[in-house]
Amino acid sequence: MVTMNMVQAIGNALAVEMARDPTVVVLGEDVGIDGGVFRVTEGLYEKFGPTRVIDTPLSEACIAGASIGMAMNGLKPVAEIQFLGFSYFALDQMICHAARIRNRSRGRLEVPMVLRTPYGAGVKALEHHSESTEALYAQIPGLKVVVPATPREAKGLLISAIRDPDPVVFLEPTRNYRLIKEEVEEGDFTIPIGPARKVKDGKDVTIIGWGAMMPIIQEAASKAEADGTSIEIIDLRTLSPMDTDSIMESVKKTGRAVIVHEAPRSCGIGAEIAARICEQALLSLKAPVERVTAPDITVPLPKGEHFYYVDPDRVHRAIRRVMAF
Amino acid sequence: MLSDEFNPLDGKMLQVIGADGTVCKRLEPNLDDDLLKRAYRTMILSRVADEKAVKLQRQGRIGAYPPSRGQEASQIGPAMALGPEDWVIPGFRELTALLWKGVPLLNLFLYWSGNEEGNAYPEGVRVTPGVIPVSDQIPHAVGVSYASKLRGETVVTMTYFGDGGSSEGSFHEGLNLAGVLKTPTIFVCQNNQYAISLPRAKQTASKTIAQKAIAYGFPGIMVDGNDVLALYAAAKEAVDRARAGEGPTLIESYTYRIGDHTTSDDATRYRSQSELQEWETKDPLARFRVYLTNKGLWDDIMEKTSIEEARSRVDEESQKALDHSPPQLDDVFKYTYKTMPPGLLNQLSALKKDLGLGGAD
Repeated sequence: MVTMNMVQAIGNALAVEMARDPTVVVLGEDVGIDGGVFRVTEGLYEKFGPTRVIDTPLSEACIAGASIGMAMNGLKPVAEIQFLGFSYFALDQMICHAARIRNRSRGRLEVPMVLRTPYGAGVKALEHHSESTEALYAQIPGLKVVVPATPREAKGLLISAIRDPDPVVFLEPTRNYRLIKEEVEEGDFTIPIGPARKVKDGKDVTIIGWGAMMPIIQEAASKAEADGTSIEIIDLRTLSPMDTDSIMESVKKTGRAVIVHEAPRSCGIGAEIAARICEQALLSLKAPVERVTAPDITVPLPKGEHFYYVDPDRVHRAIRRVMAF
Repeated sequence: MLSDEFNPLDGKMLQVIGADGTVCKRLEPNLDDDLLKRAYRTMILSRVADEKAVKLQRQGRIGAYPPSRGQEASQIGPAMALGPEDWVIPGFRELTALLWKGVPLLNLFLYWSGNEEGNAYPEGVRVTPGVIPVSDQIPHAVGVSYASKLRGETVVTMTYFGDGGSSEGSFHEGLNLAGVLKTPTIFVCQNNQYAISLPRAKQTASKTIAQKAIAYGFPGIMVDGNDVLALYAAAKEAVDRARAGEGPTLIESYTYRIGDHTTSDDATRYRSQSELQEWETKDPLARFRVYLTNKGLWDDIMEKTSIEEARSRVDEESQKALDHSPPQLDDVFKYTYKTMPPGLLNQLSALKKDLGLGGAD
């Protein structure tokens, strides 16, 4: 075990998998000599050379499109888009082709690619650098959407994503990149895509979140526990396909659910989770499902960002509301 | 190099067989007689299949269909320079190239009749299924060819698109990346003069589409798109360069779409009858036939027999496609992911129950 932050853990996952599998290539803007704008790919260019760590032109649609071609012809490309807000150029390729080529070709061709990109606010960034539009990708049949919350999670899930035969959109919480350090397995290590992670056992309220929200949820949970409320926390970690069973098991036990996401409220993943709880656990509910989210507004620039970004107190108040209902 | 002699910036166009059938001996490629005849027979098959598809659509038996009539040379000529190990990454109007590369007629009729099963090409046919969002396939071709290059293979990739496709971002980004990475990619622009209604002159202010390659740092050449041999010659040079690690080439095939954009279109709304008639006199099949006849490789009896054979094959395969069983409920679910996730399995099972198809639990 080695102590790593998330940037190091993701870089380590790439290095381990590239060393193990010669078909894995990394491509994107500034991923080579520069080591990536967040230094995630640092050292890969020196280790694996310019043909497997490809510095591409500024061309997000083509980074995704060329990755699709590489994947159809035997490679496992891991494409980096510098910020989720710039991945919209690539959205057409991901929706129209990455997600569909298996179906279009009746399984003759497949696209085992990963589109990695940092996402999320709370980092005092420029416009377009704080987006949390995971729901755009999660609605597309054929794509998988994975969001790690911690360094160890990031390593295990990324190696699984690279080995996955389907295209995976891998969203890295920018705010957590250097926030948390933890012990991470060295060498080959995977965490399966699909199952959610129970972060904490509890009996009164289930909190469901993922990615950058996890530390905020944990802080809110500590406050609630100080009030005497027992909190169960679920890190969804794969948004699509979603582990509905783990959510239901927990909500049926606690009877209360608080869903936390930093994306705007309407048509967010939280709406889908709430709908599933209604379908499958309605009679277990002791209070209406609460969603703690951003409002339906554009992410404000840093001076106004605090109105948008979910903080532990908002989550704590939601817990109190479901307990008081 | 041909692209030096026929510099697109000078508006020059490569031609081997003139409109009247005269051959430029200096540029005439040395092709095997059987290959030439096989190519012509494939063009006949394509023409007959195309006519049949339009007819079936008019009868309401298949859906919208984009005719290839007039573009048979433009499609097959470049593909004739490929080997079986090379890839073709098509858009949606490449019938003749697909037939040449070994996609069965049945598959094509099945697809255009509205069944994805038609896209399940036989093992070893290195053709990707048609792409409908214009030019989206161009970056795929760059990626496919990069993978071949990375493995040290001499395999090349040819992708097709239209004059309208040259305005898409994917065209610019794809050619740009191919130039930078020096991928073994051959870009074939079938300039058929119209993108639905928009004439070529309004698509780009460039004099030619071929000249755009110069900006990306590799050769471009404009070729008479109704002249099989010229297209072959240009493609052969491009393929040889690509195999030798010298990077991509853009070929502009200057041709004309004799039919409508698709069977849902009415081309009389935007182009004149006289223009159409002028292009009909440049029919690529007629020109190739004159060449083969002059070489002593073809005669009226062979023509008649080939058309009859094509008709009976087309009738048979199109009927098989129409008689083919439609997809079952499982089929429309099962290729979404390699392994169906539990939630999707539940949806399948619930839908089966809802539709009264049994199998529900």
